[in-house]
This record gives sequence, C-alpha cells and structure tokens, in this order.
Amino acid sequence: MDVRQTGDEPVTIQHLLVRYAKRGKMRFASHLDVARAFERGVRRAGLPIAYSTGFTPHPKISYAGGAPTGVASEAEYLSLTLTSRTEADAVQDRLNAALPDGIDVIAVAEDTGGLPASRLTASEWQIAFPGLPLDDVVPVVRKFLALSEAPVERLTSKGMRRMDARAAVVSLEVLGDTRSSVLRMVVRHTVPSVRPDDVLNALRDVSDVFPAGLPLMTRLAQGSLGESGVVKL
Amino acid sequence: MPVESVFSQLEPLLPQVRKPVQYVGGEVNSTVKPWDETDVRWALLYPDAYEVGQPNQGIAILYEILNEQPGVLAERTYSVWPDLEKLMRDNRVPQFTVDAHRPVGSFDVLGVSFPTELGYTNLLTALDLAGIPLEAQDRTITDPVVLAGGHSAFNPEPLADFLDAVVIGDGEEAVLAITRVIRAWKQGGCPGGRDGLLLRLAATGGVYVPKFYDVTYRPDGRIAKIAPNRSGVPASVRKHTLLNLDAWPYPKAPVVPVAETVHERYSVEIFRGCTRGCRFCQAGMITRPVRERSITTVGNMVKGGLQATGFSEVGLLSLSSADHSEINEIAVDLADCYEGSNVGLSLPSTRVDAFNVTLADELSRNGKRSGLTFAPEGGSERMRKVINKMVTEEDLIRTVTTAYSNGWRQVKLYFMCGLPTEQDEDVVAIADLARKVIAAGRQATGRKDIRCTVSIGGFVPKPHTPFQWAGQCPPEVVDDRLRQLGTALRADKAYGRSIGFRYHEGTPSLIEGLLSRGDRRVGAVIKTVWKNGGRFDGWSEHFSFERWSAACAETLAETPVDLAWYTTRERDYGEVLPWDHLDSGLDRDWLWEDWQSAIEPAGAGEVEDCRWTPCYECGVCPAMGTEIQTGPTGERLDGRRLLPVLVTNGR
Repeated sequence: MDVRQTGDEPVTIQHLLVRYAKRGKMRFASHLDVARAFERGVRRAGLPIAYSTGFTPHPKISYAGGAPTGVASEAEYLSLTLTSRTEADAVQDRLNAALPDGIDVIAVAEDTGGLPASRLTASEWQIAFPGLPLDDVVPVVRKFLALSEAPVERLTSKGMRRMDARAAVVSLEVLGDTRSSVLRMVVRHTVPSVRPDDVLNALRDVSDVFPAGLPLMTRLAQGSLGESGVVKL
Repeated sequence: MPVESVFSQLEPLLPQVRKPVQYVGGEVNSTVKPWDETDVRWALLYPDAYEVGQPNQGIAILYEILNEQPGVLAERTYSVWPDLEKLMRDNRVPQFTVDAHRPVGSFDVLGVSFPTELGYTNLLTALDLAGIPLEAQDRTITDPVVLAGGHSAFNPEPLADFLDAVVIGDGEEAVLAITRVIRAWKQGGCPGGRDGLLLRLAATGGVYVPKFYDVTYRPDGRIAKIAPNRSGVPASVRKHTLLNLDAWPYPKAPVVPVAETVHERYSVEIFRGCTRGCRFCQAGMITRPVRERSITTVGNMVKGGLQATGFSEVGLLSLSSADHSEINEIAVDLADCYEGSNVGLSLPSTRVDAFNVTLADELSRNGKRSGLTFAPEGGSERMRKVINKMVTEEDLIRTVTTAYSNGWRQVKLYFMCGLPTEQDEDVVAIADLARKVIAAGRQATGRKDIRCTVSIGGFVPKPHTPFQWAGQCPPEVVDDRLRQLGTALRADKAYGRSIGFRYHEGTPSLIEGLLSRGDRRVGAVIKTVWKNGGRFDGWSEHFSFERWSAACAETLAETPVDLAWYTTRERDYGEVLPWDHLDSGLDRDWLWEDWQSAIEPAGAGEVEDCRWTPCYECGVCPAMGTEIQTGPTGERLDGRRLLPVLVTNGR
C-alpha cells in the first residue's frame, strides 16, 4: 500500500509485517530490550525506516505485546514503515545480519500497517518438562480442565493482579512418552494477561507433580482465534 | 583442554533474578574465540554492574585490541548483583564471562579496570566467586594474574594484598606488551612458576607487582620506606603513555548491549589528557600531555562506529572537549554530515565559555535544546582561584545568558564542596551566583521558564594532584555548609522554583577519601567490610557508612592510624606518600609548589595551560619522553564521503 502525504509528514511507501523469534539466551531479553535491539538493527541494516515527526523523532516500528522476559517465542510480531520500497526477503536477510543471534526474523510480508489488538487475540504456548512422564501429567490436565475457575495472582508493575487462568485457556493438551512431557495450550489474550507461567501456577495448585523452578516456555503461534485453535497471522 | 561453558548451570538461575539479560552475552560485536586456538587469554572485569560497566571506554578498547590479535582471547565479566551472587553460591556457579560463560579462574589474566575506588569490595566478590584466593600470596600457578588498571590504580596500595600486578596509564600498548611476556613465559615452560612470570613483568619497568615491594612504617604511623625486596625490580614504576592516537582508532565496533545501560551511544575520544591545571582533578594530572585525534580520524571513527553499532547517539569525549584545536570544524562538519539523519551529537564535558554554547548549538541541530551543564566547581571567585579554575563571575553569567538566549531552557551548574581553605561563605556564594544567573537569563530572554540546577559533589583529595597533601573536609562540615546553602537558595521566593538543588551527603566521600589515599593497611579494612556484606559501595542503596567506620575501628585498632588519619589529616612535604614509587611523571616539587601557591593567604597563584603558554615544567614530558600532540591539521570532513552510510528520515 502506498500512502503519500503532504506537508512535513514523511512519505510512507511500504508497511511490512515482521514475524520474529526470541530464542535461546535472548529469551531473557525484555520487551523493551528487544525493541532497542530492533531500532539499532534497523539502522545497522541500513533500512529506509520512516521516522515520526516532532521534537524527538522515533523510527516507525510498532510492536505487538511481547512474550514475557524469560519466555522464548517463535511468533512475535512487529510492523515496520519504510520510506522506499524494499524487497521483503532482502529486509529479512539484512535484519538477520544486523540483529543479535537469538532475535531472529522468520518472515517478512507486505501489510496494511499497524498491529491492532484485534489481529492478535490468542497465543499457543508450549511448556517442556524433560524428565516428567506423560502418565503423571495427563490426570493433572484433566483435573484442571474440569475446573470452573482457577484463580491465580501475579505481581505486575501495577501491583498484585488476580486473574482466572482457567477462563483464559481455550485448549490444553499434553504430549509425551515415558520420559518426558510437553504441555500445549491456547490462551486467550486478556487484560491483565494470563501468561503460560500463570497457567502453570494454576496446575501446581491442582498437583505437586511438576518439578520446582521455571521450565522452558515457548510461544509457538499468535493470531486471531479461529474454530480450531490459533490462526496464524 | 577446552574450558566448558557454565551456562547450563547458570541458566536455571536466571529466571529468578532481576534483569537476567545482562548475564547472557550474545550482543552484536561481542567476540567468542575457540579456547584451544589461543594461548594467552584475558578476562576483563569491570567491578560494577553490567549497566555501568558495559559502556566503559577502557574495557571496550582493550577488548577489541586483544581480540584482534591472533592467538589471544579476551572476554568480559561484570559484578553480579546480590540476588544472583546468592544463587551462584548456593548452586556453586563460578564467576563467569558474559561472552562464552567461561569460568574466570581459567584465564591467564584477570584484568580489572578501576575508574573509582568504590568498586574495591566488588573485586573481592568476583575473586571469591571465581574461586581465586583473595590474597595474592595464596595464589598458585593455576590462578590468573590479577592485574589492575584505570585511574584508581595510580594508588593501588589499599588493594596491594589482593592484586598480583598493576599497570598505570594508557592500556593499549601495555596489554600487548604483557601478552608477549606471558606468551614467552608459557612457551618456555613457565620458568620460575608464578613468581617467574611476575618478575618478568616487573622487570619491564611498566608493571607494578606489589608483593615485590616492602613497606615499613614509623612509630607514628607514617610510612618510613617503600622499597623493592628483590633484585631485578625497579625502585619506581612508570606510567604508560600512548602517543599518536590516530594510529589507535579504538573502539571501532564496540559491543551493542541488549540490556539497558547508562550510556547508549558511540563514543569517540577526541583527545586524551588535559593541561588546564585544575588542582583537584586527578584525571587532568595523570593523563598528561594532551594528545589529539585529528579531525579526519574522528570523522572516520564516527562513520564506522555508527555503521557497526546502529547507535543513534555520538559522544565526543575528552576531559574538556571544547579545547580540541579543531573543535569548531569537528562540530560544524559533523553537524553538516548528519543533519536530518536522526543521529544525535553531544559534547559531554562543557567548559564555562560562550564558545561552548555555540558548539552545543551546532551539535543540537538535529534535536531539542534541553539542558547544558557547566562546571565552575568553586562558588566564589577566591575559591575558583584556589583550584585554578579561572572563571570569573562575568564569564559565567555571559555564558549562561548566551545559552538561555539561544533557546536552552535548563542549565546545570556543577560545584564542589569541601575544597581546601573553603569557608562557609564560599559555599553560600553559590546561591548568589545562581540568582544572578537566573536574573540575567530572565532579562535576556524575557521568559520566566528558564531553570538552573545547582549540583554539588563532595571534594575528595586524590593522589598525584597538588591537593594530595590536603586534609579532607569532614563530612559534618560539608553537610552543614550544604544546609546553609539550601537555606540561602530558598530564602528568596522570587527565584525559588527556578533554581534546583542536588547534593549528596558527605559520608561516602569520606570513604572514597580513605580508599584514594590509603596505604596497604587499608586492605584489611576493605576485606572486613566485604566480609560484613559490603557490595556495590558506589550505589547509595548499598553503601553503609556504619559498616566502613566499624571496620576501620576494628582492623586499625592495633595501629597508630584511623579513618581520620587517612582522610582529614593534612600531610607535610617530607611524608612518604603511599604512591610515591608510582611515577606519573609529575615532578613532586612542582606539585608541592602548586599546592603551596593554592593555599597562599594573599591569594592563589594562577597556572596557565601549557598548550598556549610556555611550559611550566610539571615534569611529565621530559620524564616520560612524551610531547604535546595537537593540531590544527587544516583538514575538513567531506560530507559527501561520510554521508552514504546514513539512513535519512525521508524528509
């Protein structure tokens, strides 16, 4: 989509939707850390990024809500506004060369611009438990799904927040074998948000089968909620 | 034998700590080399948190220089916050580097940079977590050589028990020379063991090995003598001075942090050294002479550095950046090159001079004019003469008025309290000065929304300065003078909201004073404070004056000295100072005469800058074989050559 504006506004030529991953060590980066890395990455990559007008111009990058610090993701999204047309594949290559390893661009596509919350209404998450047999987890999941509500609390920047982890969970399944198990869940985006660690805390209220400490959690997909699970963007 | 990464042990701890990203490394421009393809390996420690240490220029320069060398590996390590320290102890995770998470104890050298003294307890934490014996005498051939540098290393005596070696001065050539000595020693089968290596280093004359010197004391507590205790060790150790900065354009591609840090910018040191002669300023005394980078090198570094990092801010660093012989050309040409590019340029240190405002105007073409900082340092004209900071009240008011007239709304004025010969009225005079500044600014601009913030730091006498003999002002006197100043600033309602006032209480300065001018007996105090939980003493929320004064009382009880003896006591000419055997090039008699001239009751004498007046024989150039290296070169930056790498904002 080409948008030409008059006056002091920069000329917007192209909107790009970027899907990126937060992997390995970089899962410990906060949402703000990732945003700073992208601003620098875009400059290092020499992309013709548009800037906002005003006293302190900022590069036009809009971010969807990020996976929590410490949680990995294969499905983070942001939107870039460029002032001259650039091939999506080239943008992906140049960004990947300019970003730290672990903040990896997976896909770039032309888009209408902006990331309204209505486009991203749910996420699919995975929690891995190496060493925990499938048979131990199956009854816990059944018990959780049978609950009418699962209240949990989490300390946020706005103070202690209370939410219903059960209500936000659209689906929850467990895969695995005799040696390990993996939880897969689709969780609705709510305010305050219910995160995978909140669901895990609700599961811990049901059973003490899960080992202490924070397991590896990954966002697998993000998009609008369709008939069967998450529809990717 | 390859050294294993400890990341798998660290990883489960990270979700439990604040800001875990600071510990994971993996930043753009960080370097990981295969362990077995190198034979000399450096761990570089900045003894404070990553957010403070990562932007440090010294570490950035040495990291790049060492990693450029074939066969040499350098990795960075920082102080871990107490939350992670506890978890590391509980889970037996050693102090690690952020680059490859290798245990610090496996390296050949642990290089520690000390820009301030308040990081000393953090050194002990890092050594202890690394499994390196705290005391140098307990270390064996498998332990790294613990090597200190940085400005505080010009008096390393309080750390003498904990350090194997010390380098004073510029590190660029020194780290390469040390690398060569270590390589030769290792290739030769480590002759003489650990002491064999330390002796080889000491014999160069440029590396101080504290344990090769004995210190004896007089009955009254003063030092009797500091002398080498074996042959092949020089009586005094010389500082290193890098000449021709254009040949060393580092850092070229500094690490770009993922975590938030205190300075997020590409910094270019436009010159090193300062000969303004401010008597309180250790940096200006120990980094002589002035050596400039040429305008073309500065331009190339800015271009390459922005490209390599993606930073949007450039800092033109030095001790007094407006003094570069071609600063006007640098400012105008860089501003031309980067106009409309969303790259911000800044000159962090500003002298009280209307020319400085012009420079700031140039550099701020791309951004808003928020605030300017000037440092008159002394509140009264008399005080400014004592410290040899020759700024008249008219200069200051003219400068600040120019700033307000040119659209700057906020001016910060930096002063010190507790200077030698200071009286209450010298400090209260700051209130009068601030009011005059606001009155002149209001008159010049016709606006009421201009502001001036008075910011005050406590003066700490430093080694290798004319004030090294001074008695430090007791904290209760400093606090009382600041109370009087606060009252005076609030007295006139017409100015109340236009003048801000920021200061810190005096006790941390007293401990900084103890560590700055302490001798080897202070090492026991540091160790006691550390054992009692002292960490991150540069952070007000972690600093405890009670812990330090109790440790002084406890460990110095059997000696004739105490905290006051080290701090508020004035020294005389004949006293052997703990750092007298470390040669900064400054002539001791010149320093003494300058000290006497400062406190002359009839009024202090003035020392002019040797860049523009004849040499006044401070001693540095002949002693060190160095020379002033300044322009002008007459060259200009070609905007067309610098511009293509830039991303414009499309306007």
